Amino acid sequence: MPDLQKPAKQSLADRIATSAVWRSIFRHGYADTPRNRVLQVSANVWLHLHPSKVRRHGIRYRHTWCAGGLTFLLYLVTVVTGVILMFYYRPTQEFAYFDIKYLDFDIPFGILMRNMHRWAAHGMIIFIWLHMFRVFMTGSYKPPREFNWVVGVNLLVLTMLMSFTGYLLPWDQLAIWAVTVGTNMARATPLLGHEGPFGPELGMSPRYDVRALLLGGSIVGPPALMRFYVLHCIFIPIVVSILMILHFWRVRKDGGISGPL
Amino acid sequence: MADLQEGGSGENIWSRRNVLGLGGWLGIIGALNAGGAALVAMLFPRVLFEPPTSFKVGPPATFNVGEVSERFMKDYRVWIVREESGFYALSGICTHLGCTPRWLGPENKFKCPCHGSGFRRDGTNFEGPAPRPLERVKIVRADDGQIQIDKAVKFRKELGEWTKPGSYLKFSGNA
Repeated sequence: MPDLQKPAKQSLADRIATSAVWRSIFRHGYADTPRNRVLQVSANVWLHLHPSKVRRHGIRYRHTWCAGGLTFLLYLVTVVTGVILMFYYRPTQEFAYFDIKYLDFDIPFGILMRNMHRWAAHGMIIFIWLHMFRVFMTGSYKPPREFNWVVGVNLLVLTMLMSFTGYLLPWDQLAIWAVTVGTNMARATPLLGHEGPFGPELGMSPRYDVRALLLGGSIVGPPALMRFYVLHCIFIPIVVSILMILHFWRVRKDGGISGPL
Repeated sequence: MADLQEGGSGENIWSRRNVLGLGGWLGIIGALNAGGAALVAMLFPRVLFEPPTSFKVGPPATFNVGEVSERFMKDYRVWIVREESGFYALSGICTHLGCTPRWLGPENKFKCPCHGSGFRRDGTNFEGPAPRPLERVKIVRADDGQIQIDKAVKFRKELGEWTKPGSYLKFSGNA
């Protein structure tokens, strides 16, 4: 009691640290003890993904090329720049092409954001392949890491789907015909495509099959643009993010970055 | 402990908890399946806002003999070809991967810009990756004398369908 009633020489930092607002956010002070220093590393929400113990050879760039980490960094770049692009882009027949033009030629730094998004996406694909090549060559797909390899293959496919769906959004001739070609391949999907093996027998038609599901019709038109936009900006990124969390967590649980176990 | 059960024969009878549990799980599975089915159904709209597949292109006299008409390419993606003996309509969809070929008059061929497939005037493929001829679509005279096209009916040469009625409109004269 007597101590609390002596506010005489309280510094500004102390007054902030004892204020009601500060105490409502940080419930107690931080005691700089060896135990807390360990907890700071092992219980940190960001660092908990990181292995608690890293082998010396594991962090050599020569060994990992940091390809997986760079893939993730490029993914973050596409997310940030992509959200910024979403402020201007409207996925409709009337506006899509001209919004891209607007971004390229009029909006300050619009062309920079668009090109960062584009090149980060290209880079992500390149680094995924490098990452897979490295994982393959170092034998890191072998048990107990075999499940994480499967998760990684799913991430590869989803990343390429993000590239494919994003390809349509500029809504120019290149985009429309590239997606026409790409979705025509879906006609030949086994069971689910109207030109694929056992497709017609299962009642698939040009109007009702997996291609029509993807396009929202029978041609690459406005419904296809909207569907690809939603897949590109919402659906696939959410699935990819969930799988990435699983992927990074399993790296730690399966024995850390590549190396003999 | 069996002797403690009432009646002594309760072992194989489902308890109330089992029945309600099974019912609950069936309800959850059923609801999820119904929701999934509703989602799939929702992704197939009843109405497509796409160009009609059947349309009239005007009387025969508006086409010149020996001409590959591109007038209806932009809206309907078909070429109307008139010969001495009649008409046929070619679908403007490349049989390779679905791009739109271009009619190159001086070279007397259709050429796809995507992967270089080439088709002769009658639609037969002769160069590039296209595996089969362009498809012809139904062409008939309507009651009012105009030429009527129906893109929903297709005729494929490799199936011998170019001799079927509707694949070719016999016409000579100026009527």
